[in-house]
Amino acid sequence: MADDKDVLRDVWFGRIPTCFTLYQDEITEREAEPFYLLLPRMSYLTLVTDKVKKHFLKVMKAEDIEEMWFDFEGTSLKWHYPIGLLFDLHASNTALPWSITVHFKNFPKCDLLHCPSNSVIEAHFMSSIKEADALKHKSQVINDMQKKDHKQLWMGLQNDKFDQFWAMNRKLMEYPTEEGGFRYIPFRIYLTMSDRPFIQKLFRPISPDGHTHTLGDLLKEVYPVAIPNDDESKRYQVVIHGIEPLLETPLQWLSEHLSHPDNFLHISVIPAPSD
Amino acid sequence: MSVSLLWAVDVYGRVYSLSTGGQQWEQCHDAVLEFKRVTAVQQCCWGIACDHHIYLNVHSSDVPIRYQEETYENQRWNPKDNFSDHLLPSDRWHWSDITGLEHQPLDSFLLPSTNWEWEGDWYIDENFGGEPTEKGGWTYALDFPATYIKDKKWNSCVRRRRWIRYRRYKATDTWAKIPSEGHSGPLPDPFNDISCGGWEISEEPRGRLSLWAVSLQGKVWFREGIHHHSPEGEGWEEVSLPGEVVQISCGPGDLVWAVLWEGQLIVREGITRDCPQGSSWVVVDSPNPEAGAIHVAVGDNVVWAVTKDNKVWFRRGINSHNPCGSGWIGMVGEMVMVNVGLNDQVWGISCVDRAVYFRQGVTSSELSGKAWKAVNVPRDGDIRSHSSASISIGACPSSPPPEPPPIDPDVPKPRIPKVTSDSFISEMLSDREVKQEGATAATTASPSIPEEEVALGEPEAMCLPPWSNVDLEETQTHLAVGLSSVATYTLCQGEPYGADEHPLWAWVSGGGCGVNFWTLLSLPALASSVQSMSLSISPAQTAAWRKQIFEQLSERSKREMDHFKHYEQSVWVKKGTMQWWRDWKPHKWVDVRFALEQFSGPEGNQDGILFLYYNFNEEKKYLHAFINEVTILVPVLNDSKHTFAIYTAERTKQRWPIRLAAATELALLSVSCCDSRGIQGPPSKQAIWSVTCKGDIFVCEPSPSLEACPYPTPCDQMFWRQVGGHLRLVECNSLGVVWGVGYDHTAWVYTGYGGGFFQDNIFTQTDVKCVYIYENQRWNPVTGYTNRGLPTDRYMWSDATGLQECTKANAKPPSPHWTWVADWTIDYGISGGTDREGWQYAADFPRSYHGHKTLKDFVRRRRWARKCKLTTTGPWQEVPPIPLSDVTIVLCGAQSSVEPIPLWAISNKGDVLCRLGVTLLTPAGTSWLHVGTDQPFKSISIGGANQVWAIARDGSAFYRGSVSSESPAGDCWYHIPCPERQKLQQVSVGRTSVYTVDQNGNLWFRQGLTPSYPQGSSWEHICNNVRKVSVGPLDQVWIIADKVQGSHSLSCGTVCHRLGVQPMEPKGQSWDYGIGGGWDHITVRGNSIEAPRVRMPSLTPSLTSSLTDPLRPPPPRSLLPVMVTEMENGNAVRC
Repeated sequence: MADDKDVLRDVWFGRIPTCFTLYQDEITEREAEPFYLLLPRMSYLTLVTDKVKKHFLKVMKAEDIEEMWFDFEGTSLKWHYPIGLLFDLHASNTALPWSITVHFKNFPKCDLLHCPSNSVIEAHFMSSIKEADALKHKSQVINDMQKKDHKQLWMGLQNDKFDQFWAMNRKLMEYPTEEGGFRYIPFRIYLTMSDRPFIQKLFRPISPDGHTHTLGDLLKEVYPVAIPNDDESKRYQVVIHGIEPLLETPLQWLSEHLSHPDNFLHISVIPAPSD
Repeated sequence: MSVSLLWAVDVYGRVYSLSTGGQQWEQCHDAVLEFKRVTAVQQCCWGIACDHHIYLNVHSSDVPIRYQEETYENQRWNPKDNFSDHLLPSDRWHWSDITGLEHQPLDSFLLPSTNWEWEGDWYIDENFGGEPTEKGGWTYALDFPATYIKDKKWNSCVRRRRWIRYRRYKATDTWAKIPSEGHSGPLPDPFNDISCGGWEISEEPRGRLSLWAVSLQGKVWFREGIHHHSPEGEGWEEVSLPGEVVQISCGPGDLVWAVLWEGQLIVREGITRDCPQGSSWVVVDSPNPEAGAIHVAVGDNVVWAVTKDNKVWFRRGINSHNPCGSGWIGMVGEMVMVNVGLNDQVWGISCVDRAVYFRQGVTSSELSGKAWKAVNVPRDGDIRSHSSASISIGACPSSPPPEPPPIDPDVPKPRIPKVTSDSFISEMLSDREVKQEGATAATTASPSIPEEEVALGEPEAMCLPPWSNVDLEETQTHLAVGLSSVATYTLCQGEPYGADEHPLWAWVSGGGCGVNFWTLLSLPALASSVQSMSLSISPAQTAAWRKQIFEQLSERSKREMDHFKHYEQSVWVKKGTMQWWRDWKPHKWVDVRFALEQFSGPEGNQDGILFLYYNFNEEKKYLHAFINEVTILVPVLNDSKHTFAIYTAERTKQRWPIRLAAATELALLSVSCCDSRGIQGPPSKQAIWSVTCKGDIFVCEPSPSLEACPYPTPCDQMFWRQVGGHLRLVECNSLGVVWGVGYDHTAWVYTGYGGGFFQDNIFTQTDVKCVYIYENQRWNPVTGYTNRGLPTDRYMWSDATGLQECTKANAKPPSPHWTWVADWTIDYGISGGTDREGWQYAADFPRSYHGHKTLKDFVRRRRWARKCKLTTTGPWQEVPPIPLSDVTIVLCGAQSSVEPIPLWAISNKGDVLCRLGVTLLTPAGTSWLHVGTDQPFKSISIGGANQVWAIARDGSAFYRGSVSSESPAGDCWYHIPCPERQKLQQVSVGRTSVYTVDQNGNLWFRQGLTPSYPQGSSWEHICNNVRKVSVGPLDQVWIIADKVQGSHSLSCGTVCHRLGVQPMEPKGQSWDYGIGGGWDHITVRGNSIEAPRVRMPSLTPSLTSSLTDPLRPPPPRSLLPVMVTEMENGNAVRC
């Protein structure tokens, strides 16, 4: 692999093998077979689970069906997080396939947002992109785009069209050479063991004295606990797209290559496996 | 964007020009004198020098300005002398014009001025209506004046022949003095101001301009007779005035304003095509009663003025019906003068620092623009000392805005609605704690993301009041703010100059400077310094962190995907509604639900099915199309909907596509179709290109068996995908050089990028075409011609057929992508001719129309045209400046990337041009070489071994002799007679075959071509109903045919492939029909992929040079099999 463009492709085409099983308390007419699916890491749960729904509806009565939602080992899965992030955050060190439980009742209103249609996903996705561009370019790039360009970003994600998406997204990834990077890096750091959903701060890719900021610099500033001390064993894993980049990886490069389609770098900090 | 010039004069009278592609002001060293003023248009620049004379600087062009003088030599037969110069006393002169009324001996022709030179001596024109005449060029008739024929008959009593001689304008790129002479001797007083424009008033004669001048005594003069063949014009005509004028300004169209000594303004009315100098003046008061106007500048639809107090004013409500406008609006800034250039862009010279300013943000919807921006570009003398400055006009208005003044980050600012409103979800889902976190983040962020700045993109724009409701009081207060910010601006941008060497400008003219809204847009605020992503990472290619990421990603793929390949891939189902053109009668658009199911097949190939659910007689039904069976998706123009047609091979046979209307799904389906066939990236060099009559461009990747014999791939199975852009024709060769010509005759070169539906939105491309409607009238004895027709008549406003009503109000641009760019005008250029009001007469509808009324005519019509413009994107870059009507690129030939590739073209005026410097690396070439002809041409083709064939506008064919790589333009034309009674229209030359199409749609094959006689011997008829022909490097023949029968309907404009073409049988046997219904152009000249075939063992591998040696004419037909084998060895089948 020679080209950084391959990174974009690899990241885009990441898939997580998943086994969907119906929650045991759901009332069925006959036994529900589990459903196996490769879930695209970059997408959203509610966007790619039409088939899952269809599969389970076959064995259920219409009156027993409310809004579908998912959990993994008791944790409700937020559809508005990218699938890859959900997996990294909650299921990184578990056996594959990822076993997700499907519910049609008792929607956990306090944990999850309703997702009545794809347009809600689209609105969420576009708002993330806009927020990211506000950080990166003072919204100049996204505002210069036309409505159809915005649509193209969304359609690219929705239909898993890498070229379609990147033809437009590359504009969002540009920056003036002399500045060496974006104004601020759009990132979010997720912690499993914390109550707060994520950390988001203003952080520049270049230090005031002109040095390139790395992933390590970011963590030092934002969540120093994640950085192992010299003498102790690693307590946390810093995971992006299922991999652990070295702490000296430049943040700007990460933002350009390992951001999700919503243009945010979603970083999971999870406890290192004890064994 | 073509290179165009901004002209300016500094306070010392030195003239400078700044090219849109340039980096510095170039001093016009040619100017011997100091100049006071200049006024530029695209093709030339006029100026007043300090001697108060007017000078003209015509820009040189690859095609010279040449004018053909002609005169006729007449003779009469008598029994004694046979034909001789002894004419009867009642006869015409021995030497006369075409009518015989003017005496025109050869020596009576003089050069109009010292700026002209003769190209050669007089010679006889031996071409008569497309036919070569017998020796001497004589044509014969019974008597003068009568119908002349080319053959002498027993009753031919008189004869005549035409002599021609060309003169050429030589004073290009230099200031040529224009004698100041009126109708009666020299003009009484010297000139003081000058303004050039009016090129949009009429297209006839070509290059017509209006030039207005003001004398020191305040008189106004109009220069008559300026057009392409007479750049200097003919003479001055005085224009009567209501007062004394100080300054005048003339726009591209019919706007002319002038300023009177007393400070009022006058507006010229009654300017029309027949009366470009107008008829009367209307007085408009100065914007400020205390301070009169001193300067005015007009454009297409705008008027700007400057008053004595240097305030700048914008005139509201100007349009073609109201040249006076409705009111003044005060603008920010103090200027000594302003000038309106192309596209109503505004330039000015500030009275503060005498710098040239550009009005930023002028668009057709916001003509007053947003802010003044200094054009800080070094002069050519300065550049040595200030190498850092590199702002060109194109880049300057869009260079990155300066950093906003530093704001203390601790000062809390109101939150930014733009960001927060969009991130409503993050807000909803954040719990209390996070909200605080988010709030802090937003607070810190906000100082640097103020919303206004985001919206307007420039700090100084904030100071500008909205122009629509400015009153004078307010302007005062804003002025101070505005100016101060302008001043700051200059300071921070003006580093290239020291305080004393700051250029001080006196005059600027943007009339020839093609900066427009789109070129500015295509250079967004970031563009000047944006680099591509790949550049940014290059230094880190080998870093450990990078390696780590690559390794981990591939591990991840193994871990998460390799063992689970048997899992079902997610199926993406896209559902929605579209409109479907119902299959049964009455046909109409009906709403249908659709579902596009896409999935990855076992080998990773993508596939899908499109379902359409509809009701038939209350019954639910559905229609489906397998994505991998779709052969093409064709956008169909519709004035209100985005519609397209889906074809499969079967539906191509039936001529019966699925027709759908949907806003965005076409793009999605296109990508899916390409994915399912595994096609991505730019078209290959071998690709077949075609263009529909709507200007959409398609490519097809030819399969190796496409030209197989006897079993080629059927034409209807070819898969076509769309390429971005809009063209009228496209031509290519097998080296991957591709050129196109737009409807507005702009030449475009393919940049090699793009391919997919989304990857080629790289360059902005525009095209302009006309929409035509007809005004029909019938004569009645009482009122003459009226718009009251008979009940059986056509609509009084209709389309060309008369069947559809088309009024000025209801006519729409061809599709939602097109926008009107001008108002309706009468079209005088329609075939058959028109009278002065554009009418054409006929005995009845629908008949053949003629341009003058006769007693037998009872109806008349005239054509109205309205220009509309399309702005799109595609992998095309403009090749300025000469507009083209045809282009051709040599078949095969050069292989190295620097070897020149012959490319010929016809300009839209009929000049034959040869492009120099075309190579694989520089497909756009460098310059045009003009190839002289005696008449305008319309079609050209260059085949194997540099054979150039061309068709003249009179329908005759020409062969160009001795074209070679050493002599790329050849030496002379050989006239080839047309087929009997047919006028040829188009030619295509393959490796050896020559095919032409005539005006009646017949396809002709040239017989008897041999190396010693490459002109061939005769035309052989192949078939009729042909629009275009393209012959490729394998001598394969493809056409666009009309009236092709399908099982459902007849199809016009269908791609057809000649079957059975073989070396020994170059004419082929029959046609195979492919995609159709509105195809206009095809080129197969890139496809050199020979089908695998059995080699004939006995043939000797000689003639290696026949393909590569351009000097060598094509071999005779009998040797062709050898060449075929050669091709197989050489460049065959790389696939």
